[in-house]
Amino acid sequence: MAKEVKLHIGVENDLEEIKVTIPDDSPKPWDGKDKLKFVGGKTPRLDGKEKVTGNAKYTFDMKLSGTLHAKFFRLPCPSAVVTKIDTSAAEKAPGVKGIVLVQETLPLTVRYADQELLAIAAETAHQVDEALKLVKVEYEKRPFVVDLAGAQKSDAPEVFQGKFERDKEVGQIEVDEDNAGQRRGNVRAPQDYTKGGTKEEIEQFIEKSEFSVSATYQTQVQTHSALETHGVVANWEGDHLTVWASTQGTFSVLGELAQVLKIPQTNVRVITDYMGGGFGAKFGAGPFGIAAAKLAKKTGRPVKLMFSRREEHVSGGNRPSSMQTLKIATNKSGKLEALSLVSRGSAGISTGAGTSAPAKGIYECPKIYTQDADVFTNAGPSKAFRAPGHPQGIFALEQSIDDLAYKIGMDPLEFRKINTMNHDVRQKEYQIGAEKFAWHKRNPKVNADKGPIKTGMGMANSVWYYFYGVGYQATIKVNGDGSVELLNGTQDIGTGSRTAMAVVAAEELGLKPHDIVVRIGDTKLGFGPPSGGSQTTAGITPAVRDAAYLAKNKMLEIAATHLNATAQELDIRDGVIFVTSDPTRKLSWKKVASKIPGGTFSVMGERKKDHIDIKGAPAVHFLGRNFYTIGGMQFAEVEVDTETGVIKVKRILAIHDCGRPINRLTLQSQLNGGIIQGVSYALFEQRVIDRNHGLQVNPNLEQYKIAGSMDIPEIETIVLDTNRGNSSTGAQGIGEPATAPVAAAIANAVYHAIGVRIRDLPMTPAKVLEALHS
Amino acid sequence: MNSFEYAMPKRTADVFRALESSDSIIKAGGIDVLDLIKEGIAHPQRLVNINSIDELKYIEGNQTTGVKIGPGTTLAELASSEVLSGSYRALAQAAGSTATPQIRNSATLGGSLCQRPRCWYFRNKDYHCTRKGGFTCFAVNGENENHAIFENDFGCVMVHPSTTAVALIALGAKLTIASAKSSREILVEDFFVTPRENMHRENILEQGEIITAIHLPPAAKNMVSYYYKQKAKQSFDWPIAEVAVSMQLDGKKCQNPRVALGAAAPVPMRSKEAESALNNQEVTIDIAASVGKEAMKKATPLSQNKYKVHIFQAVIKRTVCWASDIDPFA
Repeated sequence: MAKEVKLHIGVENDLEEIKVTIPDDSPKPWDGKDKLKFVGGKTPRLDGKEKVTGNAKYTFDMKLSGTLHAKFFRLPCPSAVVTKIDTSAAEKAPGVKGIVLVQETLPLTVRYADQELLAIAAETAHQVDEALKLVKVEYEKRPFVVDLAGAQKSDAPEVFQGKFERDKEVGQIEVDEDNAGQRRGNVRAPQDYTKGGTKEEIEQFIEKSEFSVSATYQTQVQTHSALETHGVVANWEGDHLTVWASTQGTFSVLGELAQVLKIPQTNVRVITDYMGGGFGAKFGAGPFGIAAAKLAKKTGRPVKLMFSRREEHVSGGNRPSSMQTLKIATNKSGKLEALSLVSRGSAGISTGAGTSAPAKGIYECPKIYTQDADVFTNAGPSKAFRAPGHPQGIFALEQSIDDLAYKIGMDPLEFRKINTMNHDVRQKEYQIGAEKFAWHKRNPKVNADKGPIKTGMGMANSVWYYFYGVGYQATIKVNGDGSVELLNGTQDIGTGSRTAMAVVAAEELGLKPHDIVVRIGDTKLGFGPPSGGSQTTAGITPAVRDAAYLAKNKMLEIAATHLNATAQELDIRDGVIFVTSDPTRKLSWKKVASKIPGGTFSVMGERKKDHIDIKGAPAVHFLGRNFYTIGGMQFAEVEVDTETGVIKVKRILAIHDCGRPINRLTLQSQLNGGIIQGVSYALFEQRVIDRNHGLQVNPNLEQYKIAGSMDIPEIETIVLDTNRGNSSTGAQGIGEPATAPVAAAIANAVYHAIGVRIRDLPMTPAKVLEALHS
Repeated sequence: MNSFEYAMPKRTADVFRALESSDSIIKAGGIDVLDLIKEGIAHPQRLVNINSIDELKYIEGNQTTGVKIGPGTTLAELASSEVLSGSYRALAQAAGSTATPQIRNSATLGGSLCQRPRCWYFRNKDYHCTRKGGFTCFAVNGENENHAIFENDFGCVMVHPSTTAVALIALGAKLTIASAKSSREILVEDFFVTPRENMHRENILEQGEIITAIHLPPAAKNMVSYYYKQKAKQSFDWPIAEVAVSMQLDGKKCQNPRVALGAAAPVPMRSKEAESALNNQEVTIDIAASVGKEAMKKATPLSQNKYKVHIFQAVIKRTVCWASDIDPFA
């Protein structure tokens, strides 16, 4: 059965009325005209106190009685064939209880320095360290290549000599398996995209165009560097495995463990009560999860295996570097005519996402040619990283767009406006951003300041996509004492999902968010979304609201019999159930709960497919499908010291949209975090691998530089309400779009300040000085 | 990390006894030593904790008499010391610009002088570099963006990490070094050894010796000083360039300048070129800029660190200006 409802949708107060057909067991989506009590407000985290008092227990904190400590033996050689592994001495070392090999059969190919060969479990971490020194490995060194340019040369050593076998990790970008066969040296088969002509036609068009720019951009490898490293605690009870994991996907870890260990999924449980950060590299069980589970089985003891900071850098995943050659042409009046992008990304021993999505998805341009290809290097695996391919792609695209605007003498903001007319949210964002940032006060000339320290203003567009999954199941349990539990297996990786879920349930139930006991991070609690693609809130909150809607109806039915009314005549507000026509006829939530037949009930809401497709912005082809694009943009003001090359980011204004905001407090934190990570990427972070020996020389947080508190600019965030009526909550994602445009906005501000473009990330003093002096 | 014995002497005399065996190592604030042990660079059999010795923690004297500082004094204490707020302020500035507040609360002046290099090859157990007894300096033809631009033609191109040493050299400070049997005094600038003198150590301390006092000479008439560190980050970071200057300033006329550079060479170094360019000059921005240029004339940057030469020029110019109370950006 289905029902038809009228709905006001649109951006902010710019609303139109539509009719939507929705399932009977779903509530009417929140309306653009609804005045909601908690949704869209600012609710402090439910678990804030636990976190700041140290009571929150992370995977790293798990202490099961009898736990063994485990660690990998890693070979510090970037390319080798291992012919013999001798663990006999290590086995006899004090405290050692078990050893497992990552690959049972030899020879074993080592493709990056510090690749794991085996894991040892012992009574103490110190005993593991001592035992690791006793492992003897015989191996033959092979030539290697660690840099993106070098790996593409025809005589470069091949990282994969046979068939390329990708890490089986859920949440990674799906690739065409046949692709491996078309590899040329280390370069995987390029992915081409054309619109409005062939590659040759488009490139010729740009070449002949009167107004065009062409440049090559480079970006570095960034490691995820989450505060909590990768790792698990694994424990067997009979043939049932429980794993505490620092993961972004409890269910993907469960699936991978069951598959690799060849046990039924019913026998695996994954728990992530609290999680110390994840930016895309924490979806799978990983070699560490599998090794820990095997060691736990072998020893009959719980086993803890957490990465060290060094392991996290070299083996935990990273954002691919890129080399991108971008050419764009416009006509005299500033309408884009053609764009060509050829992009290569370092995949390490894994694969990347390409960088062309922003070039395809932000601007209206009739002729587009893009080509992406991954390049294998003898370095740790690249993994999805907060907006895969986007900070790289936007760094190149938005500098080129800026370049072109200056070339035709047009305000860079105006130039962007007239080439994105098809995006209703973006148009509003330009207006608000320009006003808030006082863009009009900006000197139209570049390099206009006197003295060695020069200020500049710049901006860049972001783009992301509306992703959500279906089938997630949220359960709401109402107890006889009126307490409410909300259950789902998804994890809160620090973004505030736990609180967002409580906010949605409280809104529907007429209670307060802190009245809802949220139990999440446990695969026993019902299928939930992975935290990737910025989809947790969009995925889970409609299921939560649907469950709350069913629970509310049930409570109203119970109350109806005691208020001599029908359920349809009742409503709930502030913990009171009342007759809408006569609010003096009422019962408290607790009172009604005490009358639940049998004393308690549970209802389940399911994430269904969206009621309607979202309109108002173009759909873009990304990862094999079309997705509605989320807008967003950031403005940056910088100070560049032309004598030292040091860039200081003074302020960032971020204007974003993510459907209907659920909790603006944690939403703002996500934006702050994305911007801070973006500043850090723009100016500091860089994996440095010694080109002569293939080892990372900065696998720590001292020489791998991350922005500290003094490096953080003044940040202002604005989030537009966009009500699309697509799901019962209308939530979309923000984690990724928040970080995608930061480096580009800063780079454009740097150009405005000094009149020279820095086309190479990170924008270090060395590069700024080189650009100024060349 | 290997297993080791832990000694906690209460008096200086007891330290010498604890240090008798050759594989013992001193721990003061513990910042550097803990890193070295955890990273597998140092493998001491005995750790002698001198942080518990109260008689090594003091700041005595004044600008007229000179100042004596105990090596156990923390960098945080130096940074906020009243005694160091006038002519000696370069030392307070250097101490206050080091690392993070947490580290400054624990790190000591003695430890700051005796810490080992932060070169990323030296700190990586998988590189057996010259300083660790090997035959290759991996930075010479490797990743050397952070390395030396002076004294980098002999076996090791690291830069010495001591920030306080740069200020102490500019202030003409001396050290008292003592062992169970004897004690001696030495200028801070003579305390450090270049790779040419000895590849395997950074200073002249012999096994069994410790620094027992740091002496700032009485401040000369109209003496001013200034220290500045240029980092890539504003928060905690190792310097790209650091400069300390002291001089007697009569009006704007400079006499007896001492200019010390850190992050420039394998030892904290004096720049005689800078000093002679500055001596007897009326300090102006232009003069300060020429001091920076002179100081860098003999620089020999490596493949990835030419940028440091530019930055040193700017930082020397600015530090000379700030010491002379001139706004370098005017």
